[in-house]
Amino acid sequence: MRLEPKPAPPLAILLLYPLGAIVATLVFVSFLVLAAGASPFSVIWLVARGAAGSQFAALETLTRATPLIFTGLAVAVAFRAKLWNIGAEAQLYAGGIVTVVLGTGALPLPQPVLLPVIAIAAMAAGALLLLGPALLKTRFGVDEVVTTLLLNFVVLLFVSMLLEGPLKDPTGLGWPQSSKVVADAQLPRIVTGKRLHYGFVLALAAAVATWVVMKKTVLGYEMRAVGHNPQAARFAGIPVDTVLLKTALLSGGLAALAGFSEVAGLKGNLTLDLSPGYGYSGIVVAMLAMLNPLGVVAAAIFVAGIFVGADAMSRSAGVPSYIADVVVATALLTMVTAILLSRYRVRWR
Amino acid sequence: MQTHPAASPPPSAQGGGSAREPVLRLSGITKRFGPLVANDAISFELMRGEVIALLGENGAGKTTLMNILFGHYVADEGTVEAFGAPLRPGDPKAALEAGIGMVHQHFTLADNMTVVENIALGTEPLWRPRFELGAARARIRALSADFGLFVDPDSTIAALTVGERQRVEILKALYRDARILILDEPTAVLTPGETEALFGTLKLLVAKGLSIIFISHKLAEVMAVSDRVLVLRAGRLAGERVTAASGRAELAALMVGQEVVSPPVAPLRGGAPLLVLREVSTGGRGTGARLDRVTLTLRAGEITGLAGVSGNGQSALAGVVAGTEIPTTGEIEIAGRVVSVWSPRAALDLGIGRIPEDRHAVGTIGDMSVAENVISEQYRSPRFARHGLLDWAAARAFAEEIIRDYDVKCPSPDARIRLLSGGNMQKLILGRALDPEPRIILANQPTRGLDVGAVSYVHRRLLEARERGAAILLISEDLEEIMALSDRIVVMSRGRLSGASARGERTIAQLGELMAGHQGEAAA
Amino acid sequence: MEALDILFTTSFWVAAIRIASPLIFATLGELVCERAGVLNLGIEGIMTVGAFAGWFTVYSGGDLWTGVFVAAFAGAAFGLLHATLTVPLGLSQHVVGIGITLLATSLTYFTYRLALPQVTSPPKIEPFQPFAIPGLSKIPVLGEALFSQTPLTYLAFVSVAVVAWVLYRTPLGLAVRAAGENPSAVEAQGISVTGIRMGAVMAGSALMAVGGAFLTMSAFNSFFFQMVNGRGWIAIALVVFGSWRPGKALLGAILFAAFDAYQIRLQQLAGGIVPYQVFLMLPYVLSILALVLVARRATYPKALMIPYQKGER
Repeated sequence: MRLEPKPAPPLAILLLYPLGAIVATLVFVSFLVLAAGASPFSVIWLVARGAAGSQFAALETLTRATPLIFTGLAVAVAFRAKLWNIGAEAQLYAGGIVTVVLGTGALPLPQPVLLPVIAIAAMAAGALLLLGPALLKTRFGVDEVVTTLLLNFVVLLFVSMLLEGPLKDPTGLGWPQSSKVVADAQLPRIVTGKRLHYGFVLALAAAVATWVVMKKTVLGYEMRAVGHNPQAARFAGIPVDTVLLKTALLSGGLAALAGFSEVAGLKGNLTLDLSPGYGYSGIVVAMLAMLNPLGVVAAAIFVAGIFVGADAMSRSAGVPSYIADVVVATALLTMVTAILLSRYRVRWR
Repeated sequence: MQTHPAASPPPSAQGGGSAREPVLRLSGITKRFGPLVANDAISFELMRGEVIALLGENGAGKTTLMNILFGHYVADEGTVEAFGAPLRPGDPKAALEAGIGMVHQHFTLADNMTVVENIALGTEPLWRPRFELGAARARIRALSADFGLFVDPDSTIAALTVGERQRVEILKALYRDARILILDEPTAVLTPGETEALFGTLKLLVAKGLSIIFISHKLAEVMAVSDRVLVLRAGRLAGERVTAASGRAELAALMVGQEVVSPPVAPLRGGAPLLVLREVSTGGRGTGARLDRVTLTLRAGEITGLAGVSGNGQSALAGVVAGTEIPTTGEIEIAGRVVSVWSPRAALDLGIGRIPEDRHAVGTIGDMSVAENVISEQYRSPRFARHGLLDWAAARAFAEEIIRDYDVKCPSPDARIRLLSGGNMQKLILGRALDPEPRIILANQPTRGLDVGAVSYVHRRLLEARERGAAILLISEDLEEIMALSDRIVVMSRGRLSGASARGERTIAQLGELMAGHQGEAAA
Repeated sequence: MEALDILFTTSFWVAAIRIASPLIFATLGELVCERAGVLNLGIEGIMTVGAFAGWFTVYSGGDLWTGVFVAAFAGAAFGLLHATLTVPLGLSQHVVGIGITLLATSLTYFTYRLALPQVTSPPKIEPFQPFAIPGLSKIPVLGEALFSQTPLTYLAFVSVAVVAWVLYRTPLGLAVRAAGENPSAVEAQGISVTGIRMGAVMAGSALMAVGGAFLTMSAFNSFFFQMVNGRGWIAIALVVFGSWRPGKALLGAILFAAFDAYQIRLQQLAGGIVPYQVFLMLPYVLSILALVLVARRATYPKALMIPYQKGER
C-alpha cells in the first residue's frame, strides 16, 4: 500500500471528505448506543434537539462553544506552525487566574477600561506560560508535547493551591473557589436573562482576527512555512525559532482568553472545574476545522452542540453522557484520516 | 517499440558466462506515477556471468526499474522471472529468496547497529529466541577475504567511511548467496581509487558465476565494466549494445536522444573578487564532512566549478555560502567587507542567490502554492509586504512572471508546488534565486535529475548571469558539467580544497587524482 | 522523623518500588514503540483502558491473571488502531496519539457508566497480594523492598529483562531497532517495516495497559476516573531520560518513584508549612527538568516520528 499526492479536488468535493468523516463517526457511535440499549436514530434526534431544538438549547450551545472557539484557535495557530501545544488547558487556567486576581477589585477602573486591561493581562499570562515550553524547544530541543502536557497538571495544582490559599473565597463555606469578580469586571450578557455573554462575540472577533493573521500577514505566512517545512523555511531566510516563539505567544494568549471569558462572562469566579477539558477538546475543534480559524467557529459550535445535546439526551434516553466525548474523539481520528485521503490517493499495489 | 532482446547478438564471453543461460527475464515492465510514465514496456534478459550496464540520464527510470525488480515497487504491467520462475511482485523478501541482491544508491544501513547485525538482519526467522552472531561473523570474515571486501564486522555503521559502508552493502547481498547483484549508481560516492577496487571485486564475482546489473550515468564506467549496455531514456529502452562493439559517442547519443550542445562560453574577463572565504572551517554537526581551513575566491563574471566525490565537504561549503552553516573559524568577505553576522537572511541581503542541492526538502515547501514558494526569500521586501500585511496580488503577479520568463509548466500560481515535475520545480527555484539579480550565485547540483532540455536551460541561465557579472559557484558531481561551464575549477577532498586551475588546464585524470585526495599543490 | 532518615526505612523503598511498577510497564511500552520509530501519545488513554479492563474483568468474576491478560489485549487493540493510522497511513503521530488518548479515555468512562449506572462509590475487588519470595525477601531493606511485592511488580521486572533480551539478542529485536533507525535497512532485508512497526506499537500498548491495570489490581483495588493522572506523560519523559534503553529506563522509573515516595513522606513531615500541592507538583516538574537535562545529549532513534513508505530512502 502506498500514498501518492493528488491534485486538490474542487471545493465542493473537498467538503465531502469531512462529511464522510462525520458519517463514519456516527456509524461507529451508533453501535455504542445500541449497546446501551437505545435506538441510534432517536438518540441522534434527541442530541440534535438538545443542542438546537429551542432558543434555550441553541443559546446554551453557543455559550458552551465560546471557550472552545478560543482553545480551538489556540491549537489551530500552534499546530499550523507544528508547535504541538497540548497545554491549552493550562493556559486557559492562567487566563482565569489573572481575571480573578485583577477582577476582584484590585484595579479601580471603569468597565470599558477594566475589561480590556484584564483581557490583555490574561492573554499575557497564557502567552508567557507557553513561551516556557517553546523556549525549551528552540533552545534545548525539548519536545514541547510532553512539557505542555505536564504543565497542565502543574498549573491545575497551582490553581488548587491558590483556591485553598490566597484566592480562597472567605464566604465560600470552605469550598475551593475564589471570590466573584466585581460587576465592572463582568462581560455583559447578550440576551438578558440568558447565559450567553459577550465572550462569544469576542470569540468571533478573535476568529476573524486570527484568520486575517494567518491569511494576510507576514507572520501568518511565516508560521505556515515553518509548519510545512522548517528546513526549507530556514534556508529561505525565515527566522524559524523566532516564528515559533511568536506562535507560542499568540497561541497561549488565545487559550488564556477562554479562561478570561469563562470567568468574566459565565462563572464569575475561579474553581477547579472551570474547564471540563476545553483545552483538549480544542485540539479536536482545530482538527475538525482543518486548522482554519473561521472553520474553528463552526467546529466549536458543532462540538459544543454534541456536548450540550448529549447532556440533554442522557437525561431522557439513559445513554451515558460520556458518549459525547467518544463522538468528539472519534471525529478527530476520522477527520485526520479524511483530510489525508483528500490529499493523497491510496494505491494498494 | 523495443524488440525482444533474444534477437540481440551474444555478449562477448567473459568470466563464467560461457553458457547462454538467462538468469533474469523482465517482460513488458510498465510503471506510472500519476501522469508520469517512469518505465514504459521494458523487456530484457540477463545471462549467467554477465554484466549488464543500465545506462541513462538521471530521471530516465533506471532506479524505478530496479526498485520494481527488487520488490520495492509493483509494476503496473509486466512480469519478472528469475531462474525460470516468476518473481512475486512487491516483496523484497521474494527477490532476496530468488537470489537477487541490491546495493542501493542511498545505503540501507542502520547507523546504530554493527556491521554483523546489519548483514544478519532478516536472515534468521524473526521469532528465534537468540541471535547466533558468532557464525555470522565468521561467514562475513570469509566473504570479506574472498572478495576483497575488508571491513570490521563489529564496528558500528556510524564509524565507517562511505566506501566501507558500500562494502557492507555488497556483503549483505553475498551473505544471502545472491546470484544476481544490482548496483545502483555505486560509484557516485567513491573516489576513483575506490571505484577501481569495486571493479576488481565485480570481476571476482563474475568469475564465480554471478550476474550483475550495473546502473550508471557515467559512460566511462559503463565501458569499463559491462558486457552489454541497455540504454534507458525517458522511461523507455532506447537501445541495446554489446559494449565491445559500441563506442562512447554512440552510447551518449542513445542516452541523451539529441546532441548535447556545449554552450558557447566567452573567454574569461576576471572581475573583482565578490566573495572570499578565508581559512574557513566548520564544526562537526551532522554526518557530513566538515570544512578544513578552506580558502576560496569567487570573482565577478566567473564561474568557479567545485568538483569532488560527494560527501567530501561540498554540502558544508554550500551551507557556508548559503548562510545555513556558520563557520567556526575563518572569515567571509563579501564585496570587500568582512561579514559579522551570518545567516540565510544575511546571505540574501548581501546579494547571494542560492540554488540548493535538494529541491524537495530544502528548495521548496511542497504543501504551499507556487506563489507562496516564489516569494519565500523576499516576502518582507516592500514589494510584497506593507505594515506586516502581505500583498497576495503582487505575489501572484511575481509567480506568473517567473512562470512566463522561466518557461515553467504549471497550472496556476495557486497550485501546490509538490505537484510540479522536478524540472519545473527547479526552474521556479532558479527564477526565485535569479530574479533579484544577485551578484553572487550558489548553484549546488543545479541539474541533478533533470532532462536534457532542462539541463541546457539551466546552463544557459547560469551563463547569462555570468555575462552580467555575477560570481558563480557551481557545485556538481558531474565532472563533464563542471568542465563545460567553469572558468576555474577547484576540487574538494576530505574537507580541503585544491588550488584553482583555469579552464582546460587539468585533464579529467588529473582532477580525479585531486578528488581522491592526492594534493599536489599548495592551496591558492 | 528527620527528612534524611526516610531514605533508610524499608517502608519507603517498598513504596518506591510499588510506585515504580506501573511506570516501568508504561515506560517499557513507550520505549518499544519509539524504538520502532513510533511516538505513542495514546499512552495515557491506553493505561486508562488497561486499568478499567483489568479491574472490570475481576469485578465480573474473572481471576486476576485473566484480568491482566484482558487489559493487555485491550491495550493491544488500541495499539492496533494507533498503528493503523500512523504506520501505513502515516498520519501525524502527535494528533493521532492525542486522539487515541481521548478516545480510549472516553470509551472507558462510557463503558464504566454503562456497566455500573447506579454506582456512586466505585466497587472494590480483591487485588493482587504481596508475595514474599522465600529467602530473598529476608535480605535487609533491599531484599524486603524488592522481594515482598505483588506478583505484578515481579512481572514488571521480568518484562524489563525480556524486552532488553528481545531488543538486543534476538532477530526480532534487531529488526525493531533498525526500523526506528533506518526503516529502509529493514525493508531491503526482506522484512516488512509496516509489520514490525505495527507489531511493536501493539506490543508496547499491551505493556502500557498492564501498567494501567497495576493501578486497579495491585496498587489500589478499584477504578476511579482520572486515576492514571499523567503517569503516561511521565513515562514518555522517562523514555527520553533512559536514552531508549530498558535498563536505564528501569533505573529512571525507580529513581522517579523514589522521589515521589519521598515527596509523600516529606509532605507529612512538612504538612501545614508548605501547601501539599507543591509536593504534588514535584513529579511533573521533575519530569520536565529531567527532559531539559538530557535533551542536549539525547540521541533519538533517527526515524522516530517519520512515517515510512515502501521504496522510499
